[in-house]
Order: sequence, then structure tokens, then C-alpha cells
Amino acid sequence: MAGLWRKIRNTGRVAEPTPERTETGSKAPELGGSVQIRHVDAGSCNGCEVEIASAFGPVYDAERYGARLVASPRHADALIVTGPVTRNMEVALRRTYEAVPEPRMVVALGDCARNCGVFAGAYGVAGAVADVVPVDVEVPGCPPRPEAIVEALRGLTGR
Amino acid sequence: MTPLLQVILVVLGAPLLVGMMRQVRARLEGRAGAGVLQPWRDLRKLVRKQPITPDGTGWVFRMAPLVLAATALVAAAAVPLVSTESMAGVSDLFAVVALLALGSVTLALGGLDTGTAFGGMGASREMTVLALVEPTILVSVFALSVRADSTDLGAIVGYTAEQPLTVVSPVSLLAAAALAIVTIAETGRIPVDNPATHLELTMIHEAMILEYAGPDLALIEWASAARLSVLLGLLASLFAPWGIVTAGAGVVAVLVAMVVLVVKVAVLGALLAAGEVFMAKLRLFRIPELLAGSFVMALLAVAASFFLA
Amino acid sequence: MTGSLFVAALAVCVVTTVAALVVPSWLRSAVTGWGTAGGGALGVAAGASTLAGGRWAAWLPEVLPLAGVRLSLDPLGGVFVAVTGGVAVCAGIYAVGYARESGRVVQATLPLFVASMLLVPAAATVSTLLVGWELMALTSLLLVLAEHAHRAEVGRAGLWYAVMTHLGFVAILAGLAFFAAGAGGEAFDQLRGATLSPAARNVVFLATLAGFASKAGIVPLHVWLPRAHPEAPSHVSALMSAAMVNLGVYGIARVGLDLLGGGPQWWWLVVLGVGALSALFGILQAAVSTDLKRLLGYSTTENMGLVLVGVGAAGFFGPGSALAALALTAAVLHVVNHAGFKTLLFLSAGSVLRATGTRDLDALGGLRSRMPYTTVLFAIGALCASALPPGNGFVSEWLLLQSLIHALPSSGVAGAITMPLAVGVIALSAGLAVATFVKAFGVGFLARPRGSGAESATESPPSMLAGMGTAAACCALLALAPAAVLPGLSAILPGAPAVSGQVALRLNGVLGTISPVLIAGSLVLAVAALLAVLRLISTRRVRRAARLWDCGAGPMSARMEYTATSFAEPLQRVFDDVLAPESDVDVTPVRESAYLVERVRFQARIPDRIEHRLYEPVLAGLKAVGRSARVLANGSVHRYLAYGFYALTGALIVLAVLR
Repeated sequence: MAGLWRKIRNTGRVAEPTPERTETGSKAPELGGSVQIRHVDAGSCNGCEVEIASAFGPVYDAERYGARLVASPRHADALIVTGPVTRNMEVALRRTYEAVPEPRMVVALGDCARNCGVFAGAYGVAGAVADVVPVDVEVPGCPPRPEAIVEALRGLTGR
Repeated sequence: MTPLLQVILVVLGAPLLVGMMRQVRARLEGRAGAGVLQPWRDLRKLVRKQPITPDGTGWVFRMAPLVLAATALVAAAAVPLVSTESMAGVSDLFAVVALLALGSVTLALGGLDTGTAFGGMGASREMTVLALVEPTILVSVFALSVRADSTDLGAIVGYTAEQPLTVVSPVSLLAAAALAIVTIAETGRIPVDNPATHLELTMIHEAMILEYAGPDLALIEWASAARLSVLLGLLASLFAPWGIVTAGAGVVAVLVAMVVLVVKVAVLGALLAAGEVFMAKLRLFRIPELLAGSFVMALLAVAASFFLA
Repeated sequence: MTGSLFVAALAVCVVTTVAALVVPSWLRSAVTGWGTAGGGALGVAAGASTLAGGRWAAWLPEVLPLAGVRLSLDPLGGVFVAVTGGVAVCAGIYAVGYARESGRVVQATLPLFVASMLLVPAAATVSTLLVGWELMALTSLLLVLAEHAHRAEVGRAGLWYAVMTHLGFVAILAGLAFFAAGAGGEAFDQLRGATLSPAARNVVFLATLAGFASKAGIVPLHVWLPRAHPEAPSHVSALMSAAMVNLGVYGIARVGLDLLGGGPQWWWLVVLGVGALSALFGILQAAVSTDLKRLLGYSTTENMGLVLVGVGAAGFFGPGSALAALALTAAVLHVVNHAGFKTLLFLSAGSVLRATGTRDLDALGGLRSRMPYTTVLFAIGALCASALPPGNGFVSEWLLLQSLIHALPSSGVAGAITMPLAVGVIALSAGLAVATFVKAFGVGFLARPRGSGAESATESPPSMLAGMGTAAACCALLALAPAAVLPGLSAILPGAPAVSGQVALRLNGVLGTISPVLIAGSLVLAVAALLAVLRLISTRRVRRAARLWDCGAGPMSARMEYTATSFAEPLQRVFDDVLAPESDVDVTPVRESAYLVERVRFQARIPDRIEHRLYEPVLAGLKAVGRSARVLANGSVHRYLAYGFYALTGALIVLAVLR
């Protein structure tokens, strides 16, 4: 316990200073600076998941802008979808989208989610996220850098 | 008059307390944190969102958030937080405990009404914890009520306020430890339950509310925050009743009492949040041992109140 | 006035019995139902007028040979007469629709059963009490056996009940006969004035305590209760569980507090101890039970245990103290409250049983939309039974806790050790009761049906709903305005009433105030305020229906729901050492390889541990004795002649020696 306390004191704050936003305003003003997010892995290679975990980790700390990961789509305002949508996940993704109360947003995270990336045309892939549910925000990259993810989330929270 | 003031204070302050606790945790973890106002932003957004009635649910599911929040409101009015002048006939400790239990029960029924495995699981666990918490609460109340010869909260707090030295007696210390543990269990904090968990299999409270959305969810979130504030406020009033006013106090005294209350609850909340950083959640079947320990402390408190009196 | 009401009640019951035997079958259930309800209503009136100050005594020398029948009504008996009457009203109205299919004898026995239960608390001699007691046992046994032709378990339950109730009867008979012999007369007035040696008093008290406790379903004499109550028709279960078991408490209070006039403190510590044990054991078994009516039966054991804690505390504090008055008031109020909600719960369970054909909670569910009235009524009963405000159980448990808590400074070391433990036991049993009734209501009535019976359920006929509604109305009255009955209850004890006040109940002699109306009112107010605020601030998006959140996978089936067994699993694990559940896994591998599983059979059972450990060895021993006795009778006539010869010779030798 004392060791942990010393570590907390010595480490101090690890969150990086808030970067300037490239664009101002919010894509979802109705949400008023609070966006709960349900993450859906529609067939990702888990590269994007690592970056999401990093974006919500102490260094980038996406929570400080009012974004938070939640356990149920009923609690969510936005879905973060990663990976190309596989056939097995197509219905599940649609149902998850339907489970979210309005107003609802969808973030297609990573190149696979935007346009199937290297998996385009593969036999198990049903299509990009936009083919299944309406997409509001796209984050390019394979995988996208945590800064890009945080920037996209700030676009939703407006902070 | 003061019950109304207390209700207003709890209504406005409860989300801030949760925000403050999250902020403390964030800072200790090296993060920046979303700010103290974030729970209020969440609530504002939730009431603007669309309510959802899942298929196969009925009036129990719909009523549960309302009753839960109503019990929290009544408890906020009945507990002596600012003033020992209390709602006669409601401010009895048994009544308050039973009211809070009623809130948990309705939420558990709401979880069961969905018919999902998670709803049932959360309800089952919540009821198990509730059943095991009850003896500790009532026996520690017993210990505290012996001195004041009453289970009325106003009387107990008033007695302690008049005799400040009783706070450091073994009775008070043991009862305080026991009640602190049950407060943690009742409000679903670490090490009994993790309010921030995303893993359904480890959930207690969260598992029951997975189906709630929009304003219903806002009510539940607010009610959880309010229960936490009321219970922390009650702990503060029972074991550190300084600054609390008695019936017929002036406006200035009441204002001072409100400020003191806010400070006390904030300190307790910060301590709780800091403690959570140092602890991991207990396994579900370790929780009974923790609660049995608190029960033994409560029994010792009663014994102390008799043999050391 | 009191007397004529009481006699009228008995007369209506007897006339109904006769009428039930002669009227055609299509009219029978209406006649017995309404007749029983009428007799019950007169019983309530008689009890109420007794509590209001009316007294009555009668001697009917020619009714019974030798002793005659002596009756008298005093407030203690009046309470139980009124409670029995109230339960009979609800059960009678309910039976009009429920008992249509029952046989002639069964229907005719019902009013007789009610009459015997009215008779017991009015008895004023030992013989009258015993006759009433035996009549009650026999009629209830007949009613328990009503469905013996349909289910084999009914016969077994009836056997257990018959044996236990008669062992209890023997204990009461022995105790009271000994008492009467010592007192030189069997009238209660003579018993009150008797001077017995302390040892004789101990014998009388312990013998009658055992007998009466077995009727009240007190641990460890409760084993008949969770068997007989579920197997009886539901209106009979209600009468047994809400009215008959009370008479066990009546007996303990009558003999211990009244006839023996209190006693040493250890008597009452024993009563308090068995009460606490019953409360805990009963509710633990109820919490893990999956049979709805068995669960309610165990809950009866719990509540009778709580009542005995109150009675024991009252005896412990000694007559005349304010705390004793408070404890006894709490106990009697809990008897009344328990009668109210247990009637409601058993009748609702009967309604479910009629509609679904099953009592198994694991096969129920989804009744909320199929049986809306039954669901609401059961919810009211469950709220009351879990001792949460604004239910009626909360008020009496609050009074009980107050009497225990205020005892600490004054009751010495024995009290200082007992009272906190008693409070802990009451608290734990209250907590477990909450879990139990959340399970019973949440699993039994909410969500979706788990079996075909529940799926095709329809609402019960109006007469059944009316019976349940009457019970619910009584519960609501007791919950919101206990002040309406409390003055009557405090008439049991001489001196000032323990509780006063109309809106807020104030304790006399100790500090304590509670206002059930204010609690309920402020809750309603808070709900209204919240609704108004939500309406004001939420942007009125239309509420939308949606699929259940199934994690995006296929539709949720009823088999995925939590069942009563799974709901109780954490509790079962926590109390593993007490409950000692048995499970049994049977793995059948395929023929080709021992490593490939073809079938797994899993069986779990939570037996009643007391029955298991205490009764089964005795029964096995008896069986062994019986079997060894068979050696004596092997069918040989010579041997029997030899027995006769030896017996005769033996008798002659004995006579010769004695001469």
C-alpha cells in the first residue's frame, strides 16, 4: 500500500496536455458534452482495439473530454465499430445499432471499418460498416493513432 | 423546512459528489479526469434521449426507476444532514434502512422483469448482499441507539452533538467501522462491486440496469448518486455531528451547517475514492466474509455499549 | 351481544356443514363458500366486540358427557377469534370459485374446520380446549387429504401431519392433565389460582410448549408444515397457515402468560430461542425453495418464529413492564399482519396453481400480462411479507425491534447477550425474507413464461379475485392505519396501551415514533414530483419498443432466463454449511470411448436438514424395531399357543409372589 502510494506520488500526472482541436464545434450538440460509447468489434484484427484501449488509457485520457465506454448499447450514444463487417457479425451489428436510443451516432474506426481495407472482397466479409448501418464519423488509419481517435471523439463531445 | 433544504442539497449535490470521486480517482491514476460536472452533463443528456421499453417488460420495469428515486428522495428528507430537526415518524433509522432496501428491491424486480440472464443475475446478487448487510446495519443501530435511548436519527445525532466525547468511545468506533463497510456494500463500491466495470459476469448493480435507457437510466444514475450521498452524509452526521443545527436555528447557522455538510461528505467521498484505487474488487463469495466481519464489529459495539457503560 | 355473535358464528358454520351435505353439487361450493365467509364475518364481529370490552361466558353441561363445555371470551382469545374469522371470510369467498371441483365431504368439512378454530380460543376448560383442538386436527387432516387420489405426495404429507399433530396433542394433553390434577379442577379459573411446585410448573410449561409449538410449526417440530401446507387445497392452506398455526401461539401465551402467570426467565429465553431459530431456519429454507407453496409454508415457520420472539421477550421482561406490553403488542400485531398477508399469498398461489397447474417457480413466469390482477395482489402480499414499508409486516417488525432494542439497559447480562443476537436474527431473517419474496414475485410472475402451463394461463374467476382482494384490503388497512386495530390489541394486557397515536404511532414508556401513512404518503408524493420534473425537463421523445438486448445474437428464449434455483444459488452457497444441499452428477459415456460423454444428468436437492438429521434416524430405528418384532410372529399356531401359555404362567407367578 505504501509502495503504491509512493508510486502514485512519484509518477504524478501522466496525461498529456490537451492538444488544440483542428476544427471546433460538435457533431452532436444535443449530447451536450457527454458521449457514452459502446464498442463493437465487427471482425477486427484487434489492432484498432489496442489503439482504443490506449486512447482511453491514462496518457491520452479520452474520458476527460466527456467520452466514456459503457457496457450496454442502451446506455450508449455512439457505437465505435472496428473491422470489416463479417457475415457473422452483420445482423449483430444491425441489432446493436437498433438497441441504441436516439439520438445515436456511429463511428467507423480504422480503414477496415471504412472500406474493408485489406479484407475487401474476402468471402467472409459482408461489407464496410456504412453498408450495414449509417456512419456519422470515420477515422482513417490502420490502425488509427490514439490521437486521431481522441480527435474524433472530441468532435462528438465538442470539448 | 430543513428537510426540504436537504432534499435540494442532495438533488443538486449528489451528481457532483460522484463527479468529484471520479476526479479523485482519475488524478490518483495519473489521468486528467472529465471534471466534477461530468455526471450532470451525463444526466442532462440522458433526459433528452429516447426512452425504450424492451419487448416483454411491463409496469414493474417502468415503475422501478421512479420508486428507486423516490425512496432516495424520502431518505434525503428524513436523515438529519443539516439539522437534527427531522421528519417525525419517518426519520427512524429502521424506516430509512427499510426505505433504501425498498429501492433496491424495486430495481431488482426491474432487472428480473426483463427476463435476461444478466438482469436475473444482478438481481440475485443484489438481494444476497442486501440480506447479508441487514443484520450489520440493525445491530450497529442498536449500539448507537442505546446511548440516546431512541432509534430516531435526529435524537441519536443530537445526543452525539451534545456529548462530543462519545465519538471516540469504542462503541462509536466499532459501529462506525461496521456502518462504513455496509455503506460500501449498499452503494455498490469497491471492494463489493465495481461501478465502472464493463464485464457483465462481475457486475452486481450494473447488471440489473443493462436494459434501461434515456430518462429511466437518468433516474437510476441519479438515485445511485443520491443514495451514496445520503449514506455518506448519515455516516458524517452519526460520527462527526459537528456543525449540525438543532431545531429553530437561524438562517446563518443553517447556511453554515450546509457548508459543513458539503465539506464532510466531500472528504468522506474523497477518502472512499482514494481507497478504491488501492483495492481490487473481492470475489463474490468472499463478500459474505467481509460482511460477517462487519457484523461481528457491530455485535462488539453493542457489547461495549452495555459492558463499558 | 358478544356471546350471541359468537354462537351465531358457530351456528352458521355448523348449518353450512349440514347444508353442504344435502344441496346439489352445482350449488355446493357457493353454499359452503358463502356460509364459511358468513361464519367468519360473525367471528370477526364477535372478536371485535370482545376487544371493545364485551365479555361472555357460557356453560353447556349437556353437550359433552362428564365435563360439559365451558366457553368464555376474553381479549386474548378475542384476537384469535377475530383473526380466524377474517381469514375464513377471505378463504370462504375464494372457495366459491376455487373449490367447485372438490368432493362433498371435503367441502362440508371446511366450515367445521373454521368452527373448531373459533372454538379453541374460546375454550375455558382443559377438556373443551382439547376437544376443540382434536376436532381442529381431524378436520384439517381431512382437508389436507382432499386431493390424495390425484397425487401420491398428499398421502405422505397427511401421514406426517397426522403423526406430528397427534404427538403434539399428547404433549398438550399430558401437560394440561398434570396441571389440572395439581390444581384440583380443569376450569381455567381454577388453574389460574393453582399453586404448583416450581418443578411441576416447569413440566407443565415445557410439555404444553412442545405441543403448541408443533402446531405453530416451530423448529424442530415444523416438519409437517412444509409438507402439509403445499399439498392441501390453497384456501385450506390459507386457513391453516394464517389461522391454525396462530393457535399454537395462543396456547403458549394462554398457558405460559395467563394460566401459569409468567415464570422464570429461562422459560422465556427458551421460547425466544426457538422462535429465533425458527425464524432463521424457516426463511433460509424458503429462500432456497422452488415450490411456491412450500416457500410460503416455510415463511409461516419464519413468521411464527418472529411472533414467538415477541412472546418470549414479553415473558422475559415480566408482566407489568412497559417493554413487555410493547413486545406482546408487537407479537400479536404480527400475528394479525401475518394472517393478512399469508392469506393473500396462499390464495394468490392457489390462483396461479389453478391457472398453470404447477407450483414450481422454475416453470412459472410471465403471469404479469396473463393474470394481471393476481400479479398485483401477490405483489401486495409479497411487499407485506418482506417487511418493507409501506407494507404491514414492517409495522409489527418495527415494534418488535423497538421492544428488543430498548431492553438493553434494564435487562441484565442475560438480556445484554440475548437482545443483540435476537436483533441480528430478526434483521437477517428480514433480509432473507426480502430476497425470498423478490424471488417468488420476480421469478414467478415477471418476465416470460418458462413452461407451457404458465404460457396458457388465464385470469381466475371474480369470486377468487374477490377473496384475494378482501385479504389485500385488510393488508392495506393494517399497513396504513395500524392505529385502527392497536387499541383493541392492547386490551389483552391490563394497564396503559403500549402504543398510542393515530397518524404517527408513539410508543409509551420508551422513545419511538413511526408513521406508516407519512412514509407511504411521502413516497407517493416523491414519485409524483419525479414524474412532473421528468415531464418538464425531458425532451418528449416518443417511447419506443425494442428487442431485448441479446448481445446481438439470436432471440432470447425463456430457457435463458434466471430461474428460482439460479436466483437462490448465491444464498445457497453462502449458507452451504447450514443447508447442506445434495447434488448428484451422473455422466454416461458413449459406448466407444470413456472420454466422450453421451449424457450428463445433474440433480440437486436441498433437503430439510432437521428432518434429515433428527427424524430420519428415529424413523429408521422404529422401522428396525418393527421388523425385528416380525420374528415373533412367524405364523406358527404352536408358537402363538406357547405365547399364551407363557403369558398365563407369568401372570400367575406374579400374582402368587404379590399375594
